[in-house]
Amino acid sequence: MSETPFDEATGGLPSADGHNDLEFRDPEKARAIADTLERLGEELEDPPATIMHVCGSHEQSIAKFGIRSMLPDAVRLIMGPGCPVCITDMPEVDEAVALAEDGVTVATYGDMLKVPGTTRSLDDARAAGADVRIVYSAADVVEIAEEEDGEVVFFATGFETTAAPTAAVVLSEPPANLSILSAHKYVPPAMEIVAELPDTDIQGYLAAGNAAIITGSGIFEDLAERHELPVVVGGFEPLDILAGVTKLVEMIRDGEAGVENAYPRCVTREGNEPAQEQLWDVFEAVGGQWRGIAEIPGANLVLREEYAEYDARERFDIDADSLGADGASRLADDCICGDIMSGTAEPTDCEMFGKECTPDNPVGACMVSSEGTCKIWHEYGGRPNL
Amino acid sequence: MSDATDPATAGDERRVELKHGAGGTATRDLVSETLAADFADPGDALVGLADMDDGAVVPVGDANLVVTTDTHVIDPPFFPGGDIGRLAVSGTVNDLAVMGATDVRALTSAVVVEANYPIANLARIADSMAATCAEADASVVTGDTKVMGHGDLDGVVINTTGVGVAEHVVRDAGLSPSDVLIVTDSVGEHGISLLAEREGIEFGSDLESDVKPLNDLLAVALETAGADVAAMKDPTRMGLAGALNEMAEKSGVGIEIREERVPVTSDVKGAGEMLGLDPFQIANEGVAVLGVAPKAAADVLAALREHPKGRNAAAIGKAIDDHRGRVVLDTGMGNRYLREPASEPAPRIC
Repeated sequence: MSETPFDEATGGLPSADGHNDLEFRDPEKARAIADTLERLGEELEDPPATIMHVCGSHEQSIAKFGIRSMLPDAVRLIMGPGCPVCITDMPEVDEAVALAEDGVTVATYGDMLKVPGTTRSLDDARAAGADVRIVYSAADVVEIAEEEDGEVVFFATGFETTAAPTAAVVLSEPPANLSILSAHKYVPPAMEIVAELPDTDIQGYLAAGNAAIITGSGIFEDLAERHELPVVVGGFEPLDILAGVTKLVEMIRDGEAGVENAYPRCVTREGNEPAQEQLWDVFEAVGGQWRGIAEIPGANLVLREEYAEYDARERFDIDADSLGADGASRLADDCICGDIMSGTAEPTDCEMFGKECTPDNPVGACMVSSEGTCKIWHEYGGRPNL
Repeated sequence: MSDATDPATAGDERRVELKHGAGGTATRDLVSETLAADFADPGDALVGLADMDDGAVVPVGDANLVVTTDTHVIDPPFFPGGDIGRLAVSGTVNDLAVMGATDVRALTSAVVVEANYPIANLARIADSMAATCAEADASVVTGDTKVMGHGDLDGVVINTTGVGVAEHVVRDAGLSPSDVLIVTDSVGEHGISLLAEREGIEFGSDLESDVKPLNDLLAVALETAGADVAAMKDPTRMGLAGALNEMAEKSGVGIEIREERVPVTSDVKGAGEMLGLDPFQIANEGVAVLGVAPKAAADVLAALREHPKGRNAAAIGKAIDDHRGRVVLDTGMGNRYLREPASEPAPRIC
C-alpha cells in the first residue's frame, strides 16, 4: 500500500456499509493477531519458520484475504499437496477417459473435467460425444445410475472428505449398473513423505480442518512424534488460519512437537467415528502415485475385495498400462506442478505461469482446479509484496 | 473451405472461443489484432476504436459527438429485474453517459430473431425498450429486422447504437494519482441474479438485476463537478475488477481500493460465497465508476446520494502513483491485487 493512510485516501468520506458482519473476518482481531505474530517472529531462533498447509481451501483463503501480506518476514507459509484434483495421476484420468470413450456414462466432480490425462481430458471426451456428467456429491451418482439403463461409473476423487461419502454410497446397496473408479487419496502418508523431503525444510504443518472433521486431530500424533514437528489443525476463515499459524509459530519458537487443534468448533481428537468405520470398511490404503510428487505408500484408497462387484477396475478389466500410450503427453516437460505441490517451488517460479499456462488453457493440473495453487495465484496474485 | 486466402489454411489455426466474447483481455486482444487493426488511426475522431473506450468521440463543428454501439445476447432473455430490451437500451445509454454524453440524441435498434420465436416475446421486448427509452429521455429513430432459421440463432439478438453530445468528454484514461474512486451503487446484483436464474438456484431472497439507464444520475455528477470528473466507466461484463484494472492500465496509475468500502448487498455476498463467485468480478448493468478530483469528491458523492439511483454511492479508494496499471485491494486483513477475471466467471461446480 502507499504511505497514505486509507481514511485520507478517500478524503475521509463516509463508508456506505463499513461494518463487518462476519465474526471470523474481523479486521481488528486479525491485526491484533498479526501484531502477535510479528513479536513471535522476533523471538524465533532460526527464522524464517516455514509452515506448510495441506489444503486448497486454505490456500484460497490465504490468497483471497491477503493473509501472506500480514505475516512477518520471519514466517513463511507454503502450500503442499493439498489439491485433490492436482494430485490425481494422469493414468487415473486416462482410465476414466477410456471408459467414457467406450460408451460408459462417467460421472465426476466438475473440476476433474479439464484435468489433462496423457493425451486427452474428460472434457475432450465429452466434446467428442462421450457421456460425461458433473456431480456435486457422491449421492448424485446413485440418481444418475437409477435413471440410466447402461453402465454408470463414478470417477471418485478427493481426500477423506469425499472418500467417506463414496463409502456410504457403496454401503447403501446402490443400483447394479453403478461402479466406482476410485482415485481417492489419503493425506497423512503424503504429509509424511513431504516432511522427509530435504528441500522442503518445513518446521510445522497446518493440517486441513475439513479432513480432520472426519479423521480427528489425533490422526496426526504419530506424524508429529516421528518427525518431531508441530501439527496444528486449522479452519478456513481468516482468523482460523491466523490463529493456527500463531500456535504453530509459538510451538516452533519453543521447539515443541505435537498436535494442537485450532479448529475446536468442528474438529475433535477422535473425529467422526461412524464415517471412519464406513471409510475403512469399504476402502483400503495402498501405495500409489501422486501426480508429480512420488509413489506414496498407503496413500491411495482402493475398494476392498468384499466390494469388488462395485469396483470399476474389476468390472471393466481396465489395463491401465496400455492407456495413454497412443500419443505424446500434452504436458510440457518444464511443468513444475510437482515441485509446487512438494513446497519446493512457487507458481511464479514456473516459466509458463500466466503465459502458456492459464486457467483457460491449463498446461499443468495446478492451473485447473479452484483448489490448485497456480489457479489461485493466477486469480489473487499469490505472494504479493504490497 | 480450402481457399488459399483463408488464413486458417495459411498457418494460423486459432479459432474464436467463447472467452473472446467475454469483454476482458481476450476480447481486447482479439479486437485489436483483427477487427480494429486496420482502423487504428482515429483521423479526426477525438476518441477512436483503438482507444477501446466505452464510445467514440467525433468532433462535429464545435460539438463532441459521442457514438457507441453494443450487441446484446443474454441467457435468459427475461430475468428477475429486467429483460434483453431494457438491457439493450440501458447498455447503450450508459456507454454514452460515461463518455460524458448524458443527453441521448438518438438510438437505433437492429433485431436479429430466429424463426419460430414467439411474437408475443418480441412485443414484450419492444414495450420494455420503449419504457426504458422514456426513462432515459431517449428515442429509437431507426432500426432493422432480420430473421434467421430456427436453430441458427439462440432466440433473439439486439444491437443498439446511440448518439449523444458531450460538453465535457470523459475517458477511461483520465485518472491522475489522488483522484477518488466512487461507485454509484452496490455491485454484483446483475451478474449474480442472472447466474442464479440460469443455474436454477434459489436463495430465498429478492436477488434481481439492477439494469437501468444512468444518464440522469451521471448528469448530476457532471453538473456538480464538470471537468473535475476525471474518468468514468461502465463496469459491465468483467465487473468492478475489470473496470478498475482497465482504468488503471489506460491511465498509467495504480488504484487502491478498500474492500469494506465497496457496497455489496448481503444477498449478493451470500450467493457469491455459495457459488464461489467474487461480486467484484461479476457483471453490472446499473452501476458506474467515477474518478473525481479530490477537491470535488465530497460534493459529487453528496449529489449522487441525493439522486434515487445513487443513494448507495460510496467512495471506495483512490488512484495512486505506485503499482501502476494494477489494482491493490485492502481486504481488511491484508492486501492483494484485484485482478480482472481471465474469462467470464462461472459458478463453482465442485
